[in-house]
Amino acid sequence: MLVAVLSGFAASLAAPWFYKIVRGAAGWLIALLPLGLMIYFGVFVEPIAAGQVVVVSHDWVPSLGIKLSFLVDGLSLLFALLISGIGALILIYAAVYLHGHPQLGRFYSYILIFMASMLGLVLADNLIAVYVFWELTSISSYFLIGFEHNRESARAAALQALLMTGAGSLTLLAGVLLLGKAGGSLEVSTLLKNGEMVRNDALYVPILLLVLAGAFTKSAQVPFHFWLPSAMEAPTPVSAYLHSATMVKAGVYLVARLSPVLGGTEIWIQALTTVGGITMIAGAYLALRQTDLKRMLAYLTVSALGMLIVFIGVGTSQALAAAIVFLLAHALYKGALFLVTGIIDHQTGSRDVKELGGLRSPMPITATIAALAALSLAALPPTLGFVGKEMLLEASLAANRAALTIAVVFASIIFVTTAAIIGIHPFFGKKIPTPKQPHEAPPSLWSAPAILAVLGVIFAAMPALVQGSLFQPAVEAIAREPVTLRLALWHGFNLPLTLSAVSLLFGLAVYARRKAVIEIVSRLQIISSWGPQHWYRLILAGLNHLAERQTELLQSGYLRYYLIIIIFTSLAVAGSKLFIALDTARFTASFDARFHEWLIAGVILFAAFAAVVARSRLAAVAALGVVGYGVALVFVFFGAPDLAMTQFMIETLTVILFVLVFHHLPRFAILSSRFARVRDAILTLALGALITIIVLIGSGIQLYPKISTYFIENSLSLAHGRNIVNVILVDFRGFDTFGEITVLAVAGIGVYALLKLKPQKK
Amino acid sequence: MTSLILSTATRFLLPLLLLFSISVLLRGHNEPGGGFIGGLIAAGSFALVAIAFGVRRSRRILRANPRTLIAIGLLAALGSGTFGLVGGRPFMRAYWVMLEIPLLEELAVGTPLLFDCGVYLVVLGVTLTIIFSLAEER
Repeated sequence: MLVAVLSGFAASLAAPWFYKIVRGAAGWLIALLPLGLMIYFGVFVEPIAAGQVVVVSHDWVPSLGIKLSFLVDGLSLLFALLISGIGALILIYAAVYLHGHPQLGRFYSYILIFMASMLGLVLADNLIAVYVFWELTSISSYFLIGFEHNRESARAAALQALLMTGAGSLTLLAGVLLLGKAGGSLEVSTLLKNGEMVRNDALYVPILLLVLAGAFTKSAQVPFHFWLPSAMEAPTPVSAYLHSATMVKAGVYLVARLSPVLGGTEIWIQALTTVGGITMIAGAYLALRQTDLKRMLAYLTVSALGMLIVFIGVGTSQALAAAIVFLLAHALYKGALFLVTGIIDHQTGSRDVKELGGLRSPMPITATIAALAALSLAALPPTLGFVGKEMLLEASLAANRAALTIAVVFASIIFVTTAAIIGIHPFFGKKIPTPKQPHEAPPSLWSAPAILAVLGVIFAAMPALVQGSLFQPAVEAIAREPVTLRLALWHGFNLPLTLSAVSLLFGLAVYARRKAVIEIVSRLQIISSWGPQHWYRLILAGLNHLAERQTELLQSGYLRYYLIIIIFTSLAVAGSKLFIALDTARFTASFDARFHEWLIAGVILFAAFAAVVARSRLAAVAALGVVGYGVALVFVFFGAPDLAMTQFMIETLTVILFVLVFHHLPRFAILSSRFARVRDAILTLALGALITIIVLIGSGIQLYPKISTYFIENSLSLAHGRNIVNVILVDFRGFDTFGEITVLAVAGIGVYALLKLKPQKK
Repeated sequence: MTSLILSTATRFLLPLLLLFSISVLLRGHNEPGGGFIGGLIAAGSFALVAIAFGVRRSRRILRANPRTLIAIGLLAALGSGTFGLVGGRPFMRAYWVMLEIPLLEELAVGTPLLFDCGVYLVVLGVTLTIIFSLAEER
């Protein structure tokens, strides 16, 4: 199982080289991996259908109790089969679609990373693992949306998707951690049994909201839906794979997965049905306005995702069954339609409905596939889309939710209209000249959508194929109770069928008068110009502005201002703390010292004063040197030879550095104003006073037991060294030292960069 | 800037100072010293050459680019830490080998020595990177 999930990551590393070696055939060969995975997961179908649940566990971070564990039940298996199966088709399709693209190898790499992350996401049992894979899908989708990275709009869309889903995954992380606390385990398989405990937890509502925020951003629910249509900047195979069949369903998956844990409460039902319902209607409405086929499909996907969320929220086993059947139907027809759109785009050079027409005669096969998939979208027999839609209507009627039924019918009407726009309009009517002379696509291009579209018909005609083996275990995994499914194309004359017929009639009516309808819809556009997309832009611009201001304020480029900021901060932070603790502090330091110690102290003070009032730069440097050597002498007298040696070396090197920069410096002059000098004097004197007080008080405070005795006792026995300072540096606290030398290295390179990489003189 | 006294003295001082820096590095575990001080001493000696004979000569004697030394030093320090990981123990767990050397007391050699050499190289590299860059600034 571990190998199956991680194989995609390994393959993604090899993919670019592999592509360089075998070129054209690479797509076909790489597609063997997801195909193999599908067969591997296919083996699980029978035992899972028999009621088994497979849990595989590996240690990951044992000290934190985090395991890399996998859970295969009906739900995760359905998703795993979808991901690997459609993944194989997409790879074959992309090999032709992106043929000759200079970065095709990289594309394979990204898509394999995505596939592996998605598999990990649906199969992972540990919530931390779920979260990690969740993030990985966001990141790989960022690369895939921005694949054509020299287009500004593609980059912006990629960033938007990353920010939206990234923000959601942050809340998901918080939710997951709280959920683990409330349920006593991070393993989904354990949490499923502790649902009662989680729902009665004091933090149940925050957990729910955090998790749902993550799921809703990922699955493009209103008001976060806008990133999905923007993501259509991605190459079409990516849109088909990520943005219809798999990634956007991750949120749906999560909601379904955690439904037995978090679900069933009033707030859960309210949240899901409200958000999902609004998304379903808004998505369908917005789809109507589009003329770009891909964007239209994207909004339809938003609508379909909303529908799935609603029915998982309703939560009756009938509703869950309908959601699962519709989920598969949607993945099949929407994937097919995206790929068909890709073919149209590839063969004609346009995917704008207004520029397409009469493609039936040059592209008969594509037209047939489009018609089949569109039938499923319109929920007409003999397709799985019809079966799913009937089940949705039936479930909504049975749940006695009139508003829901009306919403589904409304969405269905628009589904019919758009199905006609996508399935009929480009292929019939008058032939419109396109940028490229249209001709039929090669089989390698049309076979993938053909398989998807035909499967949609086969599953509907012979539901026995998937009913007991796939659907039933998946529904049972969510419902946590035995469920009997009876899928059929023909349910007899009943209310759902009537409603379907009504939607068909209205949908076709809207299609017939679409010019007038679009006219009305465009007039209402003023509302959507103030939609969430607008807020996203405002917030992003505001954030950038804030960052600029803050950088301007803090990064002035003048050493004196940096010093002022540092001094002021330490005064404020340490000083305020000291002030609070002042009444409990005692001065315990004794002031008796020997004569030579007083002498050194006097010299240091005198030299420091001389450095401040010096009239020449050389004098100031020399006076500072005296201060440094004086301090080093103090180290010598108080038994710190290591410190003393270091200090001597530093002082010497400082002099060398001064000598080196000497003739670069301007004439020594006092340029600062009187005010600036007084301000600097006050600040530095205050800092000096603060440090003095801290040292005097600090030497008498013992907050924790001394650790130096441990070092003294163990230095020789554990670390074979008698010089405790050095043993601490390289052994006991070696990690600190490692951090310090890293900082040192960065600083050195920084100085080098400042000196060598000057801006080009114009 | 040429000074006969400085250049003659530097000729003799450079090997002595370098030897001294290495001895400070090696004895650091038992006596005052260590990688940090040793690195500073070595940097000081190369700075002396740079002042007496110019940066180009100093670079030639050093042979390696100071920035390469930074990288090697960091890698050595990191590498000494990973020994622990190999045995499934925490990062930076020290390993020691006891060497029996005739006529001398038993000598302990361990991964912290490698770490200290890394510190030595980083300090030397950083200091010389700064000094050389400043000195070449004309």
